[in-house]
Amino acid sequence: MRYPFPVGKSDFIQGDEAIARAAILAGCRFYAGYPITPASEIFEAMALYMPLVDGVSIQMEDEIASIAAIIGASWAGAKAMTATSGPGFSLMMENLGYAIMTETPIVVVDVQRGGPSTGQPTLAAQGDIMQAIWGTHGDHMLIVLSPSTVQEAFDFTIRAFNLAEKYRTPVVLLTDAEIAHMRERVYIPSPEEIELVERKLPASEEEAKLPFGDPHGDGVPPMPIFGRGYRTYVTGLTHDERGRPRTVDAEVHEKLITRIFRKILDHKDEIISYEEFMLDDADVAIVSTGIVSRSAIRAVKILRERGVKAGMVKINTIWPFDFDYIEQLAERVGKIYVPEMNLGQLYHLVKEGANGKAEVELIAKIGGEVHTPMEIVERVVG
Amino acid sequence: MMYMKSAYEIRDKYLRKDMLPTIFCPGCGIGSVLQFTLRAIDDLGLNQDEIVWVSGIGCSSRVPGFVNFDGLHTTHGRALAFATGIKLTNPDLKIIAFMGDGDAAAIGGNHFIHAIRRNLDVTVILINNFTYGMTGGQVAPTALKGLRGTTAPYGQFENPFDIAGLAVAAGANYVARWSVFNYLQGINSIKKALSKEGFTLVEFLSPCPISFGRRNRMKTAPELLRWYQKITVPLAKAKKMPPEELEGKIVIGEFADRDRPGLVREYEAYKKRAKKMMGWEE
Repeated sequence: MRYPFPVGKSDFIQGDEAIARAAILAGCRFYAGYPITPASEIFEAMALYMPLVDGVSIQMEDEIASIAAIIGASWAGAKAMTATSGPGFSLMMENLGYAIMTETPIVVVDVQRGGPSTGQPTLAAQGDIMQAIWGTHGDHMLIVLSPSTVQEAFDFTIRAFNLAEKYRTPVVLLTDAEIAHMRERVYIPSPEEIELVERKLPASEEEAKLPFGDPHGDGVPPMPIFGRGYRTYVTGLTHDERGRPRTVDAEVHEKLITRIFRKILDHKDEIISYEEFMLDDADVAIVSTGIVSRSAIRAVKILRERGVKAGMVKINTIWPFDFDYIEQLAERVGKIYVPEMNLGQLYHLVKEGANGKAEVELIAKIGGEVHTPMEIVERVVG
Repeated sequence: MMYMKSAYEIRDKYLRKDMLPTIFCPGCGIGSVLQFTLRAIDDLGLNQDEIVWVSGIGCSSRVPGFVNFDGLHTTHGRALAFATGIKLTNPDLKIIAFMGDGDAAAIGGNHFIHAIRRNLDVTVILINNFTYGMTGGQVAPTALKGLRGTTAPYGQFENPFDIAGLAVAAGANYVARWSVFNYLQGINSIKKALSKEGFTLVEFLSPCPISFGRRNRMKTAPELLRWYQKITVPLAKAKKMPPEELEGKIVIGEFADRDRPGLVREYEAYKKRAKKMMGWEE
């Protein structure tokens, strides 16, 4: 197959462009979007590439329709993605919940900018962490990934598709304006180098009749794609294993929702990813995610030069969050600092994880600029 | 042929037995329109496995759950946006969107006009009962002035949408409106709509005696049907009437029948153009 960009070699590109190329290589063949800063370049790249690889790129009337279209595409058998920023992400909350409830594999990219509301369209922020996890109503579970470099934006996009397909769930790639618009060297692998996961399809007539059951015991039902003779009914109402609405049966509701939680939480060891840096002998830890991790790594190096035994953890999977790991970390270190580009969101997850075993301090910064390493250093040395 | 088949035969062939009975109230018109649609499918000999039903929220949106086809029961007003993804991913599938007036013209109004503008290949069967039946009889954007609902208990004071007129203006390939009283015209229109490329719409005035009729001194379906006979005017006749005489009336008939290329065909041509412009193809 021919690709509209060089593969098997490095390139110097923006985060948005890296996300688009990764999606194409992950097998994404349906993109629907609505223009928004700072995510528009993802759409523009998809618009350029999709017709060439026999995929679809379409500009919808709003972000509600964009996510709706990719859910429809997914049920028709395509790997599908949309990308947006805060204001559009807010509009997507309705159908993000629909995708969770109907167990539809999709990838939603949120390129964070300053909010609330229209806020700071061109500047980076990390203010959507809680929204990505909890933005849609009702009890729900999904996966949220957070890259810190352009290379990671590429790699995590491929991982987002694999996780979405494997667990039949929406996956949010939560990035920010800084990574989206920054140019870095990125290795674009050739297709043979990329491991792809495809959704489970019904292996028998019996399995096809249980599109919301658990025939394999892993919580993930095979997905009967439309048009293949299965006559599947899909609804956002509480439904039984066959997909039939059962809206007043407490047992059916509990069984469905707990399975949607279980299919992800039972596999959290595989889904959760973080990277430690100089943490072995540390008595001060920095926990960060996304672009801020770049400053945090530098801050750790400076702190070490100054004789402070500092280390850090870069959180790659924001949700499900590894509370147990943070508790173990809290037992090892005296203090945890959480620098983030908001007024305290990751901080609350870390604090809950630390469970009182270590003091947790927030280093908040808003307004659109990433923390400088010295801003972190100065807070740690006091 | 279709007029000879019993309703039972149609029911047994196309409905999911384990989903019956339906949620519809006595006197509701949705079952009639569903029957028209199934008879049209049957008469055209369409393949049941190549049709996907999509819907939003409301009484009429529950229809995809009762028919034995692939079906996507989505969020309120969004059915046509979901349909866009299904159709462009697998153009071999025929899409039927079963919608209500509130679903299509209020919360889904923007998706509705944009799906028509794109000429998305879909057949919309629209139940217009002037009310939000499922939530208990609030006024819909189609409610004629003076009609009562729980959210306009003293009579609707806003102007109504003419959905068929909106669809014609936005560029639909086929648009017709009937009341459920117009049985044969209705089936024939659905057959035509299902046979055409692009966006096709058949709107039905459909009785909701429980949520709508009771509040408007028409407690039974027959009373509502008689009222439809009074307020509907065939298109040919309407053309000869002065505008003031058409005040408070609803015109029925075929409003558009044209053959603009549908979205699928347009996108296929676009892909070819892209490959040519990039030098990938001659």
